[in-house]
Amino acid sequence: MLTITDLHASCDGKEILRGIDLQINAGEVHAIMGPNGSGKSTLANVLAGRERYQVTRGAVIYRDADLLQMSPEERARAGVFLAFQYPVEIPGVSNIYLLKAALNAVRKSRGEPELDAMDFLALVKDRLQLVAMKEELLYRSVNESFSGGEKKRNEILQMAVLTPHLAILDETDSGLDIDALQVVASGVNALRSPDRAFLLITHYQRLLDYVVPDVVHVLVGGQIVKSGDRSLALELERQGYVGVAQPSTSV
Amino acid sequence: METPSRDIETLVHRAYKAGFVTELEADAVPAGLNEDVIRLISAKKREPDFMLEWRLRAYRQWLTMRPPQWAHVRIAPIDFQSIVYYSAPKSKDDGPKSLADIDPKLLETYDKLGIPLREREMLAGVAVDAVFDSVSVATTFKEKLATMGIIFCPFSEAVQEHPELVRKYLGSVVPYTDNFYATLNSAVFSDGSFVYVPKGVRCPMELSTYFRINASKTGQFERTLIIADEGAYVSYLEGCTAPMRDENQLHAAVVELIALKDAQIKYSTVQNWYPGDEQGRGGIYNFVTKRGACRGENAKISWTQVETGSAITWKYPSVILEGDNSIGEFYSVAVTNNMQQADTGTKMLHIGRNTRSTIISKGISSGHGQNTYRGLVKVLKGAENARNFTQCDSLLIGDQCGAHTFPYVEVRNPTARVEHEAMTSKISEDQLFYLQSRGLAAEDAVSMVVNGFCKTVFKELPMEFAVEAQKLLGVSLEGAVG
Repeated sequence: MLTITDLHASCDGKEILRGIDLQINAGEVHAIMGPNGSGKSTLANVLAGRERYQVTRGAVIYRDADLLQMSPEERARAGVFLAFQYPVEIPGVSNIYLLKAALNAVRKSRGEPELDAMDFLALVKDRLQLVAMKEELLYRSVNESFSGGEKKRNEILQMAVLTPHLAILDETDSGLDIDALQVVASGVNALRSPDRAFLLITHYQRLLDYVVPDVVHVLVGGQIVKSGDRSLALELERQGYVGVAQPSTSV
Repeated sequence: METPSRDIETLVHRAYKAGFVTELEADAVPAGLNEDVIRLISAKKREPDFMLEWRLRAYRQWLTMRPPQWAHVRIAPIDFQSIVYYSAPKSKDDGPKSLADIDPKLLETYDKLGIPLREREMLAGVAVDAVFDSVSVATTFKEKLATMGIIFCPFSEAVQEHPELVRKYLGSVVPYTDNFYATLNSAVFSDGSFVYVPKGVRCPMELSTYFRINASKTGQFERTLIIADEGAYVSYLEGCTAPMRDENQLHAAVVELIALKDAQIKYSTVQNWYPGDEQGRGGIYNFVTKRGACRGENAKISWTQVETGSAITWKYPSVILEGDNSIGEFYSVAVTNNMQQADTGTKMLHIGRNTRSTIISKGISSGHGQNTYRGLVKVLKGAENARNFTQCDSLLIGDQCGAHTFPYVEVRNPTARVEHEAMTSKISEDQLFYLQSRGLAAEDAVSMVVNGFCKTVFKELPMEFAVEAQKLLGVSLEGAVG
């Protein structure tokens, strides 16, 4: 699904990613953990195509295509989805209007016909239940006066409607209370499938209690310093990043 | 790699899509203005004496006036003696009797602009009084409207067939002494639309005029007069595009609206005149005086405008709230791109008791565009419990454009309540990236953000105009905004 090789990226001339190697296969859930400033969000943004970040070296192959050559919208249409850490507000644009425009843009690029209003509404209502969102939120402006939890659920709703191949969740769990966290997690779990991969970026292992990852990576200083199974996350919780990042001092 | 703001700018630059000139034989008087030219215009239109006298009074007044300098626009001096003040497209015989008589070239022009002139307009329920250069060449639905007592005809026809109405109302809202451009218009106006809706009649369709400037160096001086008698209702649409031109063209129209007791007039404009090229060469100067008077109790006048064209726009659709409980509304979207300049806004003059006014202005600037909101809310002594709500928002695209707000408030009655809100925002790279990462093309993303910004105004437009307005906004900001 996704192969990252020796990826270096910088922002405003400052190198943040310093050689990332990562292989994600269809059906897998990978978690990336790391301290503040380690490059987690940079990685997510680079994969989604944000221009603010410059790739200085390395390659990213997504489903046999050179991801770095694609514009953000081409990536989205090819099935890459980024759930934002800070979803932006778009005044005057209703949530459902954006969902429809996004879905139709994706469908069009796949050569599928646009959904008519009835089918679309039925689909959205079905997916709303997945994230336990009130229908009323569909008709409000995108993320405007949404609570923190509502914004994050809204990201999961978009993901559920767009059904991407690769979903990247950038600290979707941050700032959520335990109920909202469970809702988000069950949304993700419902979408897990053999032909879909997830990259979960998180600070805390808490999310991983609900979404059990296949692989856990520890990102420190722009490099993946350690990878392992779910037990690595628990180890991190006990020892902190410093303990895990420096194998020589660990058990 | 380009910086994001440059990227947004490149999106905004798209060529004007309505640029073409129709080759027609024009029946024009020589350039320049003097009393003889005015007499000639009046004679060509076979006007009654009172009209000629009114024109001449206006002309003599105009000679004593100077162009206004207070607007926030840069403008080269205009040589008023190089302007041709009258030109009418020549037709076979003495004028078209039906659509079949109309110059096919002309119909073709309308066709290119996508203006519904034949059966299409019936489907759309729109009656079109098309003004091509200075003479109205097609009027439809007239008979149907006539059965309800509604008069909808070219202004020149109204002067001949309904002189009593013209005489009573012409200049009653915008006097011929009003301002430099309105006075000029009063002296030389060529044609325009006239609407009268009698007592208690609700006009069953949207009335519509498409203006178009064509013959080279021809200033266009439209005069529109709309009267809604007691309890009447009318919705009027004005829309325009212009062909590409090398020289600046002056357009100085006057629109007067009169709403009597319990009457309501809704006047909507989508303006897309040629804005000039990227350096600002060749665009239209749009200096318009639009004003309505709520003459009786509970009268209501709404102006809704979407201004995307012209090199310079100078325009303040206003409402004089004379009747008690009367209502004035102004909803505006003004877009300036490249070198365009717009100084636009409104005046709400509260005279009667419990009068209410609402002003919603959305200015969008991109490229080197300069966008100014200028508004006056004036509450006179007798206007007990007058209320105004004003909201002026500006959206900036790129970092070389400007937004300016000049709200003037004069209150002479302590019971008045006047609220003003203003906000300036930049279209953010975060918003665009968010939308792109949902699969929207960059231009569509910009368009979506801008349309969201304008939503409160667009919802005031009649349906078919709202769709057109959204498209227009996309076209005008292409290369700047999607």
